[in-house]
Amino acid sequence: MHLAYPAVLAVLLFCVGLYGVLARRNAILVLMSVELMLNAVNLNLVAFDVWLRDSLHAGQALTLFTIAIAAAEIGIGLAIVLAVYRNRGTSAVDDLRDTAERPGDDTGSGDGNGPDDASGPGGATADEPARTDASQKAEATA
Amino acid sequence: MNVAATAPQGFLSPTGVEIAFVLVGLVTLGAAVVTVTTRQLVHAALWLVVALGGLAVEYLLLTAEFIAWVQVLIYVGSIVVLLLFGLMLTRAPIGRSPDADSGNRPVAVAVALAAAAALVWVVVDAFRTQWIDLDQPQGTTDVTGSILFRHWVLPFEALSVLLLAALVGAIVLSRRNATRGTGSPDAGSPDAGSPDAGSRGTGPRGTGSRGADDKEQR
Repeated sequence: MHLAYPAVLAVLLFCVGLYGVLARRNAILVLMSVELMLNAVNLNLVAFDVWLRDSLHAGQALTLFTIAIAAAEIGIGLAIVLAVYRNRGTSAVDDLRDTAERPGDDTGSGDGNGPDDASGPGGATADEPARTDASQKAEATA
Repeated sequence: MNVAATAPQGFLSPTGVEIAFVLVGLVTLGAAVVTVTTRQLVHAALWLVVALGGLAVEYLLLTAEFIAWVQVLIYVGSIVVLLLFGLMLTRAPIGRSPDADSGNRPVAVAVALAAAAALVWVVVDAFRTQWIDLDQPQGTTDVTGSILFRHWVLPFEALSVLLLAALVGAIVLSRRNATRGTGSPDAGSPDAGSPDAGSRGTGPRGTGSRGADDKEQR
């Protein structure tokens, strides 16, 4: 098999994942795109391992390690996304602008954390009003 | 390197393995593109299954069979299920959602196209004359288990410690902080909302620990 086939497929998958990471708005879709990028790297590792016939099979061992680390990453990432959703009522990554610096905003975002935490359970139980409220708040502060 | 440079293959006479690889690669790439462009969030997760399964077939075609089955077990079996749980727990809209893409989509398209062009050019130019010799399988379970527990046993154990740390971290992150509710002015409403949130927190925690346990046993 020509080596360019798996290499080009890995490159294209990586770029598709790159587009997804940059363009998606939902944090879980961003995590899916990260998975695509990790899989592109795995394909490269396997292809070059089979090509080089490494006696230690470092490529396949690293692929297994990458898969395990991807599983750990997706667990931690989803826990973070769920915690953010519980506190803010949204999982859109471009609504989370509390640490962004804006011109003419002297009051830091530390003041905004108290009301956001108080409205957390409301965002967890009643979805639509709290969600629109949180997004309006985020847009008002933006 | 030395394996293949003398092989008499050519672009115009592809072997059956190459044809199968290209066809499955097209399916995989199309599924990946649909995954990152569709506006229905659950469909994105389901197309991700197609992409990851196509990659497992590519591993089989590259004679790395153990990696292929691990891919099916871990990615298709546990990671996609975790993603679907995450989509449901964040109340992702069923149906078309108009705000799935953010405003920097043109920039993302430009960056991805530039990266694809540069990388494809470099990779094709570098490996134009290299061939993979697939006459003997390189990744059977026998070989993989032997090298994994003979040469890579220390990283393997370190990885199990990392999985344990990730498991503990996910539990800590998804557990409700009990001391925070007392500081807020209305301490009653967090207590009222806590059973709901607690039951919602157990979903990803349970599946995450199961996926981690699968791999610990592996």
